[in-house]
Amino acid sequence: MALPPGDAPDVVFDAALPWQRARSVALRPEPFGALVYHFGTRKLSFLKSKLLVGVVQTLAEHPSALAAIEAGGVPEAQRPAYVKALADLARSKMIEPREIA
Amino acid sequence: MTAVLPERPVGGRLIDQFEYGLDAPICLTWELTYACNLACVHCLSSSGRRDPRELSTAEAERVIDELQRMQVFYVNVGGGEPTVRPDFWHLLDYAIGHDVGVKFSTNGVKLDKARAAQLARTDYVDVQISLDGATAEVNDRVRGAGSFATATRALENLAEAGMKDFKVSVVVTRENAGQLDAFKALTDSYGAQLRITRLRPSGRGADVWDTLHPTQAQQRDLYQWLLANGDDVLTGDSFFHLSAFGEALPGLNLCGAGRVVCLIDPVGDVYACPFAIHENFLAGNVRDEGGFQRVWQSSELFADLRSPQTGGACTKCAHFDACRGGCMAAKFFTGLPLDGPDPECVQGYGETALAARDAELIAPRSHLDHSHTGPVRGQPTLLGMPAVPPAVSTPTPPSRICDESPLAGLDLR
Repeated sequence: MALPPGDAPDVVFDAALPWQRARSVALRPEPFGALVYHFGTRKLSFLKSKLLVGVVQTLAEHPSALAAIEAGGVPEAQRPAYVKALADLARSKMIEPREIA
Repeated sequence: MTAVLPERPVGGRLIDQFEYGLDAPICLTWELTYACNLACVHCLSSSGRRDPRELSTAEAERVIDELQRMQVFYVNVGGGEPTVRPDFWHLLDYAIGHDVGVKFSTNGVKLDKARAAQLARTDYVDVQISLDGATAEVNDRVRGAGSFATATRALENLAEAGMKDFKVSVVVTRENAGQLDAFKALTDSYGAQLRITRLRPSGRGADVWDTLHPTQAQQRDLYQWLLANGDDVLTGDSFFHLSAFGEALPGLNLCGAGRVVCLIDPVGDVYACPFAIHENFLAGNVRDEGGFQRVWQSSELFADLRSPQTGGACTKCAHFDACRGGCMAAKFFTGLPLDGPDPECVQGYGETALAARDAELIAPRSHLDHSHTGPVRGQPTLLGMPAVPPAVSTPTPPSRICDESPLAGLDLR
């Protein structure tokens, strides 16, 4: 049995670092964006735009969260809001830091 | 009749998005059987006897396969008493093995030490033990003699096995509304979490609703209690009608029926919500071509429910945005119009509407009743007599399909 994510130490979100969708998290596309569900914490969260869904889905392909936001076509003015959204997802363990290979 | 579907807005509040429905439910209740060892006076599904048309193990597995494909991440399993199904433990493992987490409600009858240990070892399973009184005296009046002892034995077994995050699930009634602190203390003593939900006039609940639903004063106390304790207490978002007292309660303040919520009953019928077992809210059956997915995504009933709510008389009320007219099932089974106030409207409009009902009006009743036909061991005493169905005026009641079952009336204890 894996360590319950609630017991993992808190991570601080840094958009300059590489991130990925957490392994025990599933993402279900919906007309407004997506539902994200963490099988470990049994917490449900919502991604309220399709752009954000794209960003979360492609996090693992980019050297940093910021790069994923840029590549996802998020207008410059909205980027701070996306960084905040990712920070919220990191706090609820929906995304996790990625080790650089 | 299918309403012309209004176009979904882009962006905005999630609650507005939810009104238009989702590709799959967030919260799906699946009642595995109508069989139950108890005969609680307020049973929302009028359970007791097994229905001979119950989904087979193979059919239940196919439903789980479908839920996995639709990414329904967890289901609330109930009944009846789900654990009296001989394949219950198999279906539990099957669901978990297919990425469908299970939260099941039980009266605790099968949760001996061995089962408690098994559950404690299993990920993605949540258990709720039903208890409707913090003392045996209050509980057993509605759930039956000995049911408090059964439930607390199950709680002890779960705690002893090291089970984490199990729940004590309470329906708030006029008789237990004063016990909220006692429920919290009892729950804490087992290291469990308290979940309280609203009494609905559904199933046999319709027969006792007048007697058992909380008074206005109790509703106000409950609201204050939830504001003070809400963070540690689960509610299934069932008290959203209380939001009209002022401050919104945490959670989804919206009727989710057919939008984010639905019910699959033991014979595979899909209803808009667990409290709406009635033909008017029957959207289809999982055995139909296209299965559950077709019902959820294409039924006319659900399409109609996914239109933005017109609150009728309620839209003029300053609190409409807080309570959105309340609970559809509560209105329906008390004979109130669906676009008017909830019978327990905290602004008092429900009482007025109830008083204004036509004296001749017969509130709608479900077409299904699986209640035990004879006395069961540990009869609830609330009604002062065995909780048999109300007397019918015809000398021979119409035969029901369940009466033809070789298992009808079988004592499952």
